[in-house]
Amino acid sequence: MSATKLETSTPDVSPPVRWGEKIIEGLIWAAGLSTILIVALIFIFLLKEGLPTFLDIPLRQLFGKRWYPIEGMFGLASLLAGTLLVTAGAVIITVPLGIVTAIYLGEFAPPWQREILKPLIEVLAGIPSIVLGFLGWVALAPIIQNAGAPTGLTAFTGALILAYMALPTIISISEDALYAVPKEYRDGALAIGATQWQTIWRVVLPAAKSGIVIAVMLGIGRAIGETMVALMVTGNAANIPAFGADIMFQPVRTMTATIAAEMGEVAQGSLHYSVLFGIGILLFLITFAINSLARKLVGGESVRRKRTGF
Amino acid sequence: MKRQQTDKIARIAITIVAALVVIPIILVILFIIINGIGTLSWEFFTQPPGNGMKEGGIMPALLGTIILTFGTAIAAIPLAIGAAIYLAEYAKENRLTRWVRIAIVNLAGIPSIVYGLFGLGMFVLFMGFGTSIIAGSLTLGIMTLPVVISASEEAILAVPQEFRVVSLSLGATKWQTIRHQVLPQALPGIITGIILGLGRAAGETAPILFTVAAFYLPELPRSAFDQTMALPYHLYVISTQVPGMPMDVQYGSALVLLLLVLSMTLIATVVRTGMRRKREW
Repeated sequence: MSATKLETSTPDVSPPVRWGEKIIEGLIWAAGLSTILIVALIFIFLLKEGLPTFLDIPLRQLFGKRWYPIEGMFGLASLLAGTLLVTAGAVIITVPLGIVTAIYLGEFAPPWQREILKPLIEVLAGIPSIVLGFLGWVALAPIIQNAGAPTGLTAFTGALILAYMALPTIISISEDALYAVPKEYRDGALAIGATQWQTIWRVVLPAAKSGIVIAVMLGIGRAIGETMVALMVTGNAANIPAFGADIMFQPVRTMTATIAAEMGEVAQGSLHYSVLFGIGILLFLITFAINSLARKLVGGESVRRKRTGF
Repeated sequence: MKRQQTDKIARIAITIVAALVVIPIILVILFIIINGIGTLSWEFFTQPPGNGMKEGGIMPALLGTIILTFGTAIAAIPLAIGAAIYLAEYAKENRLTRWVRIAIVNLAGIPSIVYGLFGLGMFVLFMGFGTSIIAGSLTLGIMTLPVVISASEEAILAVPQEFRVVSLSLGATKWQTIRHQVLPQALPGIITGIILGLGRAAGETAPILFTVAAFYLPELPRSAFDQTMALPYHLYVISTQVPGMPMDVQYGSALVLLLLVLSMTLIATVVRTGMRRKREW
């Protein structure tokens, strides 16, 4: 601070302006702000192509049950139901698995196991979704069909694969949350005679609650947006599944899969084309809301430390 | 005592659940290796598909993915490193910076198929690139930004403050300090982030569906404005769109894609570990 004062009071010894540096710093500044511009551009281009969806189709019809684009019926309810079912299934599977694995890694696993397990979970994060979709298609679907489902391509098949795809994120966030619980809490509980399990269940988990809420939200965000797995293994049937015990074992069609499957076949500028962009707008808004909220819950400074790109 | 018993049961249950997470990962990788390894041959890597994709190799698809990965790197790296330097060294804690951070978090969360729609709307149609390598690379590049920005920012922030203080006290300007002290120290971490991001981009299918990927091309692309085949899309095509496709070609393609992407992850991990060993602070 005092240095700058000195410069301004004695201008004749101040260093010359370095224009090269000014330009570079300007570019760096522009690169930082470009991230905001890019998000805005993504939304603008989705709106540009997709807005007719919400202007030209009466809302009641848009959220109706029938998705028959050829007959001009664009009811999104069945696609929303498909996405909801697959996402809910994935989250119900992935969150307990992820949290318990994080507990195992943090509280029980000896160091040599951690050395093996952590890279292995990173490997899972690296497997391309198309490879997992392929495996679901050739290996998992037949197993599920043999187990008694009418077809192997069901909401459950998709949910199971999406659950594993979300695991690296869930485990990483749960680990951070558990790690953030002060050691004194554990020591205190153990000192008054609690078993290790009682300590985890009654002390550590409640203290890590907010981190676990974030894990759930990001799991939802992941599962809603996954495309190729949903396209390949959930059955591609744009129906609202019949409510019953086998609701997870029926073929469905998610929002993402609909875009991927139909965009290649529509005429540019047609209403069908606009509606596919309209689904994109909904996906953008849903994930935007989830991620903004999750970030708020994580709270300012700790965000930049996350390995998950979050 | 009952609670000791509960403790024991809980331990066993937790271990079983952890095994349920880990064992399928190992099985998935082994399954693809075992089923795909027999297909790998010199011809498989160097020949184009023939006879309605049922024979021959994956050369044009593999080459296309490598080209797209380079294109992604060109599109993403300068912007990502600039944004990371901005966040780590220049940004003040104000509303603008909060917006930048919110933007990056949301870029990371936008579904890959929505990037595909954006690429179609902006690069293919509005900018008139058509379905082309340049449109696909820009789309993948933007999708890769948040991963590279986060990793690079973390690497820059990890450089101890003393490096900056000493450099500035010797009369270096802020940019000289960043250029000659901070960036060289942060470089391994930045490279790790870049490789991880590119590995993810190389395996993506949804963003390239409408921006670049071709079902089958008899010729290799000649310029950045041509379409190209790409390995992830090729795997999708041969496994779901071509009836009577031999299984060994499908497994072989899946294995090559898996090896390509995992080897990039592995290289990134090696760079990171090497950096931690060599570091003197």
